[in-house]
Amino acid sequence: MSESDIPRPTTEATEATEVTEATEATEATEADRAGDWLIERALSGPRPGSGALVPLAVDHSSADSEVGGEHLPGRVSDVDEWGRSEHMRAIARRLYDPVYSKWFRAEWEGLEHIPTSGGALIVANHAAAIPSDAPVIIHGIEKELGRPVYGLADNFFRRLPFVGTLWSRLGGLPAHPDNAYRLLSEQGQLVLVFPEGSKGPAKTYSERYQLRRFGRGGFVEIAMQAGVPVIPIAVVGAEESMPTLFRLPSIASVIGAPYVPVTANMLALGPLGAITYFPAKFKLRVLEPVEFNVPPGQDRYSQSRVMDWSEAIRDRIQNALYDMLRSRESVWFG
Amino acid sequence: MNTPTGTRRVLVTGLGTFWGGRVAQALELDPNVEVIVGLDTTEPTVELERTEYVRVDANYSILARIVRAAQIDTIIHTFLVVDPTTMSPRAMHEINVIGTMNLFAAASAPASTVRSVVVKSSTIVYGCAAQDPVWFTEDTPPSRPAQRGVERNLEAVEGYVRDFAQDNPHVTVSLLRFSNVVGAEIETPLTRALQLPLVPSLAGFDPRFQFVHETDVIRSMLFVLNRNLAGVYNVAGDGLIPWSEVARICGKRTVPLPPIGTSLLTGPLARLGVVDLPEEYLQLLRFGRGVDNARLKDAGFRYGFTSVAAVQAFIESVRLRNTIGTGQPSYRYERDVEQFFRHSPAVIRD
Repeated sequence: MSESDIPRPTTEATEATEVTEATEATEATEADRAGDWLIERALSGPRPGSGALVPLAVDHSSADSEVGGEHLPGRVSDVDEWGRSEHMRAIARRLYDPVYSKWFRAEWEGLEHIPTSGGALIVANHAAAIPSDAPVIIHGIEKELGRPVYGLADNFFRRLPFVGTLWSRLGGLPAHPDNAYRLLSEQGQLVLVFPEGSKGPAKTYSERYQLRRFGRGGFVEIAMQAGVPVIPIAVVGAEESMPTLFRLPSIASVIGAPYVPVTANMLALGPLGAITYFPAKFKLRVLEPVEFNVPPGQDRYSQSRVMDWSEAIRDRIQNALYDMLRSRESVWFG
Repeated sequence: MNTPTGTRRVLVTGLGTFWGGRVAQALELDPNVEVIVGLDTTEPTVELERTEYVRVDANYSILARIVRAAQIDTIIHTFLVVDPTTMSPRAMHEINVIGTMNLFAAASAPASTVRSVVVKSSTIVYGCAAQDPVWFTEDTPPSRPAQRGVERNLEAVEGYVRDFAQDNPHVTVSLLRFSNVVGAEIETPLTRALQLPLVPSLAGFDPRFQFVHETDVIRSMLFVLNRNLAGVYNVAGDGLIPWSEVARICGKRTVPLPPIGTSLLTGPLARLGVVDLPEEYLQLLRFGRGVDNARLKDAGFRYGFTSVAAVQAFIESVRLRNTIGTGQPSYRYERDVEQFFRHSPAVIRD
């Protein structure tokens, strides 16, 4: 294969690549650029197989590749790198809005505490056998502020066929610290997390509005690392929308679920009760954002400080709940 | 010590494989590469001008002698099998683990001339599980211990690479982890699946995939070599695309396989020769995998293809191939002819 019978790649694309490479010529060594150029030529030259006949489609490249995961040319769906689809969200918003505004009659207080731009970690109390608070919070913020919210949850969801995919398209993703950090710090998104984890919705009716342990304070550490505030939200109403009467731990361990509840809804409505909420009145109070004033980006933060903050945030939500419950006249009418 | 512009004497493992052949071809065009020696158990499948082919056994028992005799200073280790459908687990272990072990034993022999090593690994080493992050960085550990053949092979291989790098601080060791490779020629379980009339998927799952184009694979290997970049680098195109969308870009529909007891179905399908989806890939169809490519980009590497563009380029070349065939007769290595061209005094070389 001599050089003369290798056709020079004809697309402007190659030129484009050369240009971008020339701009960083300061750091590129002679051999380096020679190598890149030679390989382009070698790979587009004639050789067995069909490669020779296919123009090297480098034109999709350099300029666009900076954009990040989304909005790349050639995409035929709007599913982003986290699995969320704005199109699916729009459909879900249309279907869910009656539930939000007619069934739960959600009412917000302190929405101005949620920033209209930049990353923030939203934390809330978690309740109901099938948690009804997550969709209400996500829908509410998207509706009121027009900002997408990504919800972190147990990776149990990810294992479920259909449900897991739907959950992902609607903005849910597994609660991995890397995911949270990237969304908050690099992409400046709103992320919702329930620090109680599955211990929140697993609790029974007699334990309602009693916050569980806030994990190991991981959410505080993530917010510190990402340099974003934590915004606590106290939610009243979710507990009564699907109260757990008792749990079936042996079945849970057999099917690998975090918990298997028997709910009041099931007793009242039969099989339909497994997926139907009671129309409890939802009230959500957004509390003052918590700023940490620590340098972001560190690998570890003092565990005692993390735990102190975690406790403090838990107390604020707990006290707000007591306050809201004191003034609540009716479970159904608020 | 090698300077980036100095001449190199390169040893390429797996010359008979797709990657080894391609890398050798690319190296032949670089005037700074003085000598290219290619090892394999099988003959090269691509036309090579000045690469010397040496037939060895699968685990390179004579390697130390070759390195010494040819004064090799650069080793490009492409001979790692990551497609478990091509051979038995035992043969794969022999090539991947034992081969790499012997390679590094030879490279670290006393008075060894080796100064840079490039190893072609795979993002399969991160595993694939529900508890994975959406993006793996080079430093993210796998979510759970390596489960299956390829994963465990690569884990062991990377262990040897790490040990070698630690014991030989004067050697530039780069480890490249490639995502799902597509392109005009490379064949993997995924490219085979995407060429079926109906693309298999798992019912109820639509995970996000990342791809890298075969030219970016070769370019990245030369890139780290030319810049003497040490360390671990993910090599993968920008962006994650749902599997259903990958199929749509390829103009195909998906056919859902049952998500429970999938291997009961895929086993017979593989034996019938319809589609061979090993466990690694079934898991990938369940959870997908994304790797962060920022480290290599920060080092100055420009990808020619995003994930989407790589898939588009792949399917375009498939369509063309299906219409007009491969065009040229495939290359056949003839030992005597090659020897004549390389060594006969009758051949005039410039």
